[in-house]
Order: sequence, then structure tokens, then C-alpha cells
Amino acid sequence: MKNNFDWHIEGKSGLLDLKLKDVWAYRDLLWLLVRRDFVSFYKQTILGPLWFFIQPLLTTVMFTFVFGRLGGFKTDGLPQPLFYMAGVTAWNYFADCLNKTSTVFRDNANIFGKVYFPRLIMPLSIVVSNLVKFGVQMILFLLMIAYYIFVKHETCIPNSYILLFPLLIFLMAILGLGTGMIISAMTTKYRDLSFLVTFGVQLLMYATTVVYPLSTVKPSMSWIVKLNPMTSIIESFRYGFLGNATFSWSNLAYTTSFSFIVLIFGIIIFNKVERTFVDTV
Amino acid sequence: MSKIAIKVENLSKAYQLGNIGTGTISRDIERWFARMRGKEDPFLRIGETNDRTTKSESNIVWSLKDINFEIEQGDAVGIIGRNGAGKSTLLKILSRVTAPTTGKISGNGRIASLLEVGTGFHPELTGRENIYLNGAILGMRKREIDRKFDEIVDFSGVQKYIDTPVKRYSSGMYVRLAFAIAAHLEPEILIVDEVLAVGDSEFQKKCLGKMKDASENEGRTVLFVSHNMAAVKQLCNRGLVLQHGQLMFTGNQQEAVIYYQNAQQTNISFLHNGNMEDSLGNELIRILKFEVFPLNGEIISISSGIVFELQFYNQKESTNIGVTFELKNTDEIIVFHHGTYISEENASKKGIYNVKGIIQPNFLNAGIFIFNLIFGENQRYLLYKVNDFIQFELTNESMGSNSNILPGITRPQIEYSITSLS
Repeated sequence: MKNNFDWHIEGKSGLLDLKLKDVWAYRDLLWLLVRRDFVSFYKQTILGPLWFFIQPLLTTVMFTFVFGRLGGFKTDGLPQPLFYMAGVTAWNYFADCLNKTSTVFRDNANIFGKVYFPRLIMPLSIVVSNLVKFGVQMILFLLMIAYYIFVKHETCIPNSYILLFPLLIFLMAILGLGTGMIISAMTTKYRDLSFLVTFGVQLLMYATTVVYPLSTVKPSMSWIVKLNPMTSIIESFRYGFLGNATFSWSNLAYTTSFSFIVLIFGIIIFNKVERTFVDTV
Repeated sequence: MSKIAIKVENLSKAYQLGNIGTGTISRDIERWFARMRGKEDPFLRIGETNDRTTKSESNIVWSLKDINFEIEQGDAVGIIGRNGAGKSTLLKILSRVTAPTTGKISGNGRIASLLEVGTGFHPELTGRENIYLNGAILGMRKREIDRKFDEIVDFSGVQKYIDTPVKRYSSGMYVRLAFAIAAHLEPEILIVDEVLAVGDSEFQKKCLGKMKDASENEGRTVLFVSHNMAAVKQLCNRGLVLQHGQLMFTGNQQEAVIYYQNAQQTNISFLHNGNMEDSLGNELIRILKFEVFPLNGEIISISSGIVFELQFYNQKESTNIGVTFELKNTDEIIVFHHGTYISEENASKKGIYNVKGIIQPNFLNAGIFIFNLIFGENQRYLLYKVNDFIQFELTNESMGSNSNILPGITRPQIEYSITSLS
């Protein structure tokens, strides 16, 4: 009797077997995980999701004080709080995606060790959860823009490049996701790298144009800053929403290709490690 | 012949022992280099079978080695073996939590595994929210959960608390809810790992019933790992016995249980040599000898009859010393609890006594039996007790043309008189 089997489990898998079909089959889980993250965040709080405002707000105040007032950094002629808020909001989304995905195996070792579902769901849910948080923070940012335009009559008018916004979010998401997955895959057996991640992300912020504009970086140094794929995202973000920053299609194209390469590489290495990480984590 | 649900071919799984640290990186590089050149992994070659008790030479161990079996659709298979025999590893591989080192598994139908109940429960979320989350983790679509929601809540019996965060649940309620979700999964293949060790006995029965239902009435395949032989016998129709990562036996569940129990160490007699003070017992009682042997013939069987003989030293004088023999089977069911005084009224003496008992032929059914010994005074005070003292096996004899072990603890000879009335 000949049997045609539905599925096979083998010791080795193809490099490009990304199991995206499985991920699709479990899409409901993705939403439920996002919901879990969101709901469990504000359970037993009074202000609820409003707490998402606190972090960017305080960081902006701090940056305005330290870099704006004390340091006297230039801000492309934009109001300082708006300039920093734009950088902080966008950067936080990327940093959160990266930080959370980079520990996804360790954080979920318990669930992963007991039940199978496409592991890729977990990092994806992190990216989407953070998107919710980012969305809430964007409201704050938009309110601030409105305040500066209509109350203070500043010249920070959004231009048509604001239409790039979805692309920018997408790029930040896949860049954070890809890098995070590579790190998470590399830290299941030897955890050394995980020590680097937390403060590495902080340091990387200073190599990105979050607290200073690209236009103030010396030409001899700017190639380093431009090498950082986040730079062009943040510059484009400011350009679209606030109307002034250093925008360049070629830098954005570089970031786009860089992000996709990181993402694909990330998924491959993640899927490879996912199969046996339970034994070593 | 029905359709095959799971087919396992040459399945092996190696684990690395010891700590992972700076010491292991050179070896990892060596292994990686060997694989790059297309050679066999040098460390897997020297791996050994998994015997916990002897310290191994290499620090790669085969938790499973060359396992081959097939499971047909609708079978309920009990997987039994000692701790560390590889049961859980097998389940983990089958449920795709970890990948095998070598070998292949093919199968038909959706698998759901219950290696633990309540995986992914979030303490802050309510029962309702957790039903959805947990259901989705186990592989259900949202629509499916919507459809079964009422049934799940009903089965779990926590209706009242369904909108309370599960962190406020008692552990029993938590488990009930978790199992209820899993029980309504309706996969073609269900893998269960001793989750029944939780909850009260009423709920355990409910769970077993649900699983039995799944395999018998709904035609699902069930794989069940347990140390509870009674549950295996009750639920399953086939059994696999694993030992040191190797598959030792496949067959029907009764035989598998017996195979497993035979492979355990059996003490058929106890004989003490040397100083009396070192023997088993306390300052009042010292056990010197206990033996179980057939009344007729060479082996203990259904029709052989059984003799058990106890020799012990008694310290207490002028009182009533009683010895009670308690016989139980491996499901911990007590077959009898029976004893005798060793002397006339208040006339016990200091010294060695010999007590011999005879169990008549055709009383016990085949299986493994275990003696507990209880020494008491005046049927009131416990002097000494030893549990699981001596274990023996009673071999089967066929009844008519049926050579299988029949159900039941006893197998008495019953005289029937039959009259045809029509």
C-alpha cells in the first residue's frame, strides 16, 4: 500500500525553505499575540495606552535641554522639540523592534520548548506590536506639529514626501526585524553577543542623525553616518513631516537594498537555528 | 489495513552533555569544519546510548537511536519507559519542537501536541482572552475557537471566572481551562505527555474519557506518554517500550506494559546475611528472609499456587505480634491485606519466627504483584512497615484458545452449571 504523506520531519532542511506558508496559516495567532502585548501593557493602569506618550515626551524634553540648549546643536532651522521628537519617535520604533527580536528565542524558550508553531510568528508579532505603540506615539508627534504650525506659526510644513511614510515604517520594521533575528539566532548557543546589543543600540543612536541633522556632519565624516541605514530613514522622515532635512533618493535606495538583504539573511538564519535551538538555549 | 498516520524511520537524536561555554567552541568549530568538507560529524560517531547510571566517555549522548515504527490511523499508542528512556525526546521531535539529528518522520493529518497544559497562557489576560490565545498557539483558527468557545468553557467548568485574569485562578481551574482548550483541538493526531498528572481525580477521568473518545469514536490517532500503567492499559490499544533511547518493544498495550515491568528489576527474594543489627527493620523487628516461590512446578503461574515465606527476629515479649501481608498489583490496587498473629494470646517470645503462607492455585490473574509487609502489635500499634518489598511475576496460562492475558486482577476457577431451558 502506497502512502502519500502530508508532512515530513527531517534532520536537515533546505536553506531556502522559509515556511512562509505555515506563517500564513497561523496568521490569527499573530493578531492574538499583538493583542496580548497591547492589552497586557495597560492592564491595571489608569492611564492605559496614554503611557506610550511618556517615553518620547520625556526623551524629547531631555534632548531639547541637553543637546539643544546646553550643546547648542543645530536643528536644520526646525523647532528643537519637533526635531528631536521626530528622531526619537522613529528611532524608538527601530530600536524596540531590534531589542525585542534579538531576545526572542530566550524570552520564549518556554513556549517554543513545548509547542510548535512557525517561530517566525513571534518576531513578526513583536514588529507589529511595536507598530501599535509607534502609531500611538505618532499621534503625539502630529499633535505637536499642529501646535507648532497653528499656534506658534513656525515654518515646519509637511511636504509631498510624507507619502514615503509607509515605506519608511516598512524599512524600519524589516531592518529591525532582520538584524534582531540575526542576533537572536547567534545568541542561542553562545550568549556573548547579547551583552553587546543593549548598549550597542544606544551607541548606534549617536551614529544616526537623531540628535543632530545630517547637514551639520562634516563631509569627511558623513560617509560613516550615511553608511548607517537608519540615517536616511530618519532624514527622509523629517523631510516629509517637517519639510526640512537632507533627503536623497540614492541614500534611500541604499537603505532599502540593505534592509532587504538583512531581512532575507535574517529569516534564513532564524529558520536554521529555530529547528534545534531548544536543545541549546 | 488502515492508513498510516505516522511513520518513523531511523530516527536518532544526539544531545550534548555538560555546560556550553568557552570549552565547547573549539569542538563546534571542528564539527562545523568536518561538515563543510562533507564528512561525518566526528563527535556523533563516538556517541553512546543513553544510560544515565554509567558516566559516559564522550559528551555526546544519543537520546534516541535508530527508532523505527509505524502508527496506523485511529490507534491509541502508549509510550512507556523509565525516566530518561527518550520518551519526551520522541514526543518533542514528533511535535516539531526540536529537529532530529538523523532520520525521518512522515505523517498524515494535523498534529497537536500537549507536552504541557496552558502553554502561552498570559497571567494578565482573562480566561476568555487566554482561550483564544492558547487555542491559536495550539494551531486553531479564530473561527474554529469562536465555534467551540461555549463547549470549551462548559468542559472546563470555570464559567463564572471566564472574565477574570487567569492569575487569580486556582491552579486546578487553570489546568482545567488549559486542558479544555486542548481537548477541543480536534487534530488528526494528538500527542499527550503526562498532563493527566494534574487536576483532581474526577477531572482526570474526564480527560481520559475525552482522549479515549477521540481515538475510539472519532478515529483520531493518540500518542500518550505516561508512567501510569493503568491509564495506558485503559486508554491505549498499542504500546511502545523505550529503553536507553532504543525501541525495545512494539505490540499491544497489555504486552507492552508487561514487557516494561519485566525489564524493571524484580526482587523475588530477600535474604539477609551478616549481623542481625544490620538487617532491614528497627530495634523491634528485623527481617531476615522473605521468599516467594511456586507451590507446584518451576514457575509461578496461574495454576501453580504461590508460597511466601518470611523469617524475622522479634524483640517484644508477652504481647500479640501480628504480621500482615499486603499484596498489590502495579496499578497500586490492593489485592489482599491479610495477616496472622505469631503466637497465642499475649505469648510472643523474643527470637526468630518463620511464617509461611500459601495462596491457592487459580486465584490471581497473570501480572506483576508486589508485597508490602506490616508488623503490628495488638492490631493497633505499628511496629514496622516496608512497602514495595518483594515483587514477583505471575505468568499467564491460556484459557481455551485464548492466549492473551485476560482482564482482571483475579482469575478464579468458577464452576458453571448450564441448563438449556428451551
